[in-house]
Amino acid sequence: MTLLHGRARTWAGFAGAAVLLFALAPLALTDFRLGLLAKYLCTAMVAVGICLAWGRGGLLTLGQGLFFGLGGYAMAMHLKIADAGPGNLPDFMQLYGTATELPWWWRPFANPAFALAATVLLPMAVAALLGSFIFRRRVKGAYFAILSQALAAAFAIWLIGQQATTGGTNGLTDIQGFFGYDLDDPVNQRTVYFVIAAALLLLIALARQLIHSRYGELLVAVRDSEERVRFLGYDPAKVKLVAYVVAAGMAGLAGALFVPAVGIISPAMIGIVPSIEFVIGAAVGGRASLVGAVLGAIGVAWAKTALSEEFPAAWTYFQGLLFIVALAFLPGGLASLGGVLRRRRDRQRKAAVVAVGEAA
Amino acid sequence: MSEPAGLEIHQLRVSFDGFTAVDGVDLDVRPGDLRFLIGPNGAGKTTLVDAVTGLVKAEGSVRFGGAELLGRSVHRIARSGIGRTFQTATVFEELTVLQNLDIAAGAGRSVWTMLRRRNDVPEPVARALETIGLTKLAGSPAGTLAHGQKQWLEIGMLLVQDVRLLLLDEPVAGMSHDERQATGELLERISAERTVVVIEHDMDFMRSFARSVSVLHAGRLLSEGTVAEVQADPKVQEVYLGHAAAETVTGVAVQEA
Amino acid sequence: MTVILGQTFTGISIGAVLLLIALGLSLTFGQMNVINMAHGEFIMAGAYTTYVLQKSISGAGISLLVALPVAFIVSGALGALLEWLLIRRLYLRPLDTLLVTWGVSLMLQQLARDIFGAPNVQTRAPDWLTGNVTLIGGADPLTVANSRLFILGLAVAAVVALTLTLRLTPLGRRIRAVVQNRDLAEVSGISTARVDRTAFFLGSGLAGIAGVALTLVGPIGPTMGTNVIIDAFLVIVVGGIGQLKGTVIVAFVLGVLQSVLEYSTTLSVAKVLVLVAIVAFLQWRPQGLYTLRTRSLV
Repeated sequence: MTLLHGRARTWAGFAGAAVLLFALAPLALTDFRLGLLAKYLCTAMVAVGICLAWGRGGLLTLGQGLFFGLGGYAMAMHLKIADAGPGNLPDFMQLYGTATELPWWWRPFANPAFALAATVLLPMAVAALLGSFIFRRRVKGAYFAILSQALAAAFAIWLIGQQATTGGTNGLTDIQGFFGYDLDDPVNQRTVYFVIAAALLLLIALARQLIHSRYGELLVAVRDSEERVRFLGYDPAKVKLVAYVVAAGMAGLAGALFVPAVGIISPAMIGIVPSIEFVIGAAVGGRASLVGAVLGAIGVAWAKTALSEEFPAAWTYFQGLLFIVALAFLPGGLASLGGVLRRRRDRQRKAAVVAVGEAA
Repeated sequence: MSEPAGLEIHQLRVSFDGFTAVDGVDLDVRPGDLRFLIGPNGAGKTTLVDAVTGLVKAEGSVRFGGAELLGRSVHRIARSGIGRTFQTATVFEELTVLQNLDIAAGAGRSVWTMLRRRNDVPEPVARALETIGLTKLAGSPAGTLAHGQKQWLEIGMLLVQDVRLLLLDEPVAGMSHDERQATGELLERISAERTVVVIEHDMDFMRSFARSVSVLHAGRLLSEGTVAEVQADPKVQEVYLGHAAAETVTGVAVQEA
Repeated sequence: MTVILGQTFTGISIGAVLLLIALGLSLTFGQMNVINMAHGEFIMAGAYTTYVLQKSISGAGISLLVALPVAFIVSGALGALLEWLLIRRLYLRPLDTLLVTWGVSLMLQQLARDIFGAPNVQTRAPDWLTGNVTLIGGADPLTVANSRLFILGLAVAAVVALTLTLRLTPLGRRIRAVVQNRDLAEVSGISTARVDRTAFFLGSGLAGIAGVALTLVGPIGPTMGTNVIIDAFLVIVVGGIGQLKGTVIVAFVLGVLQSVLEYSTTLSVAKVLVLVAIVAFLQWRPQGLYTLRTRSLV
């Protein structure tokens, strides 16, 4: 701890994470497990955004599924069009739909550059629009949380209702190729994993820069006392908007990379429940700490797979309990455990000293 | 440093659901004044400051350096050079003293500057740290400061904002005698270059430091002038009669904060 | 014409369900500022109570009436227990309360799955609720299901009972005192902890009543709470926190809006449009339909 300071420690952290993700994990894990890890890392990317918006900015983003879904669907739409080949409709449209050609809002996604840009820019644009409405009118706290949750729910409901053009409840499934590469090939799956791992490290670096910048200090100030910030001549709505939009872009990218890793995107992955699950990981690990949020997200996602396969009922109880304990009794998450224990020890020691002093 | 500017309030009226908290007040604070705003509880002092800073809707006219303020949003009014503090000190508890001041100094910063780390202590911040006497505590979280120090930090935040008008709501409430003295001297130094308006209950403090005084009562302006003139005003004595403060206005020290 | 009237009445009956669901929240969220995501599961508890009573009491007609007070007590007790175990530790942290109670909601859903199984179950509506009432006769008749009328009546009765409780009883006075000024209430000799728990019991009990009503219009299942909770919170947010009349008006307006939009588009598009309308409305009135204006803004 004391050997390394500031920048050196940061670089060491990044180097360690890179070795772990790029060398150890591919060596140690089977292709199947590595695929699962890729999925968890996508969850962690969402958690990076949540750490920024919620941990630092106090914006409880309960609706990240909306942005995850926008990014995921943007990517999946392009891949479905590419899978179908020129002139053909995606398989599900032939199955359910009566249309003979692509709907107008699908057409731009045939262009790979447009689709790729849309995976990040579309969620950011939607977040900018929603956020500018919501924050300008000072809708905050619980109102904001409930509203953002309702937005994710509405998006999922809308997708389910438009079966002919979105695949409905099934979502966009059975995605075969990724920009010309066959996703069934384990080598390509591995490449997708590397892309995801690199993207996660990039997002962490970006969030770190933001958190330690003057903007990051201002964001904490807005969380502490929005009114005070306003009297200093800032517009808190804009400060919050930046965090919200950046978090949305991160969730969008995570959704986009989730699609080639898992081969499917569906309303079940973006509604109320998954949206809250994105928050759980960050909360358990420590909402205000980047490392805590990322490890928490990966850990909870891993525990879910590990436990829910064998003991589905026990997993749900455990998940609920984990959530309750973490939030009610350890609001800083596991990342704060060290500090809490140290303070308790100091207090006991002090108490002991006082007791000794009184005895003497 | 920009020139101090005056505050001209004309026929200001604020009402909440039928209750009129400020009822047609005229107030003219000249540039560089150290004006005390006094009056019994419920006189409308804080509401008046709320109206000037855009927190509550008001009718009438508030002109600052010649420009109309009513109808502007809170952060725009702040940017025009008006800063205020609240009855309870509100600093960003989880940030350090330095970070608090740095944020206050930075409302006009470019996006590029905002997105980078702070590598040094900006010159106005260093000067403000010196003025409010917190240089040694620059690295401490504001939440750990003593009550009086928090109030000074708040005033320091207004200084680095380079405001031309400071509106202070009971800045010495809960302070020790020495802290009051220090605060008063701080205000005198500040008002050499800026206009200062202080809402206060502490009559001793007012007598020691006020350059001019306005007395509000039931939402109206009751009296105005120097400390001596206001103390001699029979209307003021009448309003304060029956309150413990009656004696304080006429000369006996009672601390009512 | 009949179509419009028909849609309006469908809307009113949707509104009545919304109102019943949201009414308990108007007490726990609106008055006490506690965001209880497990409220949906208290509704579920009320619904399963109805189901169990119908299994054990022969005669659906009586069991439904018995279910009303029993569900009130079952859900109310769950609420009071939750308040005592967790929520009272979290009064100063509303957002954490939201997440913690969501954890509780997860566990309660799983409990329901373990006890009653994952598939939905049904209750049989009593005979006296199976028919229709013809409001307009003739070639193009307008009929309304008895069960819908019953829910409407139940919602009105619940609102009246809650209003009277808050206005006239000593308990209501104490609740309002605690809401308005906690410290003052405490020093005036009111046990705020007890008032909190009682208010939570009432609010959660109302969720139980809503659960009984829901058995008349849909299946009973472990996830039924999740499906309605967001709508209920939106009603409170739009109505204005702590404003009973806002809750009532907004429940019916949203119900009618939903019904009319659903008729002219589809269910999913209607849901999205209602939400867009809500966001637009909050632009105009960010604190909801009714607000208490105070001078303390900081």
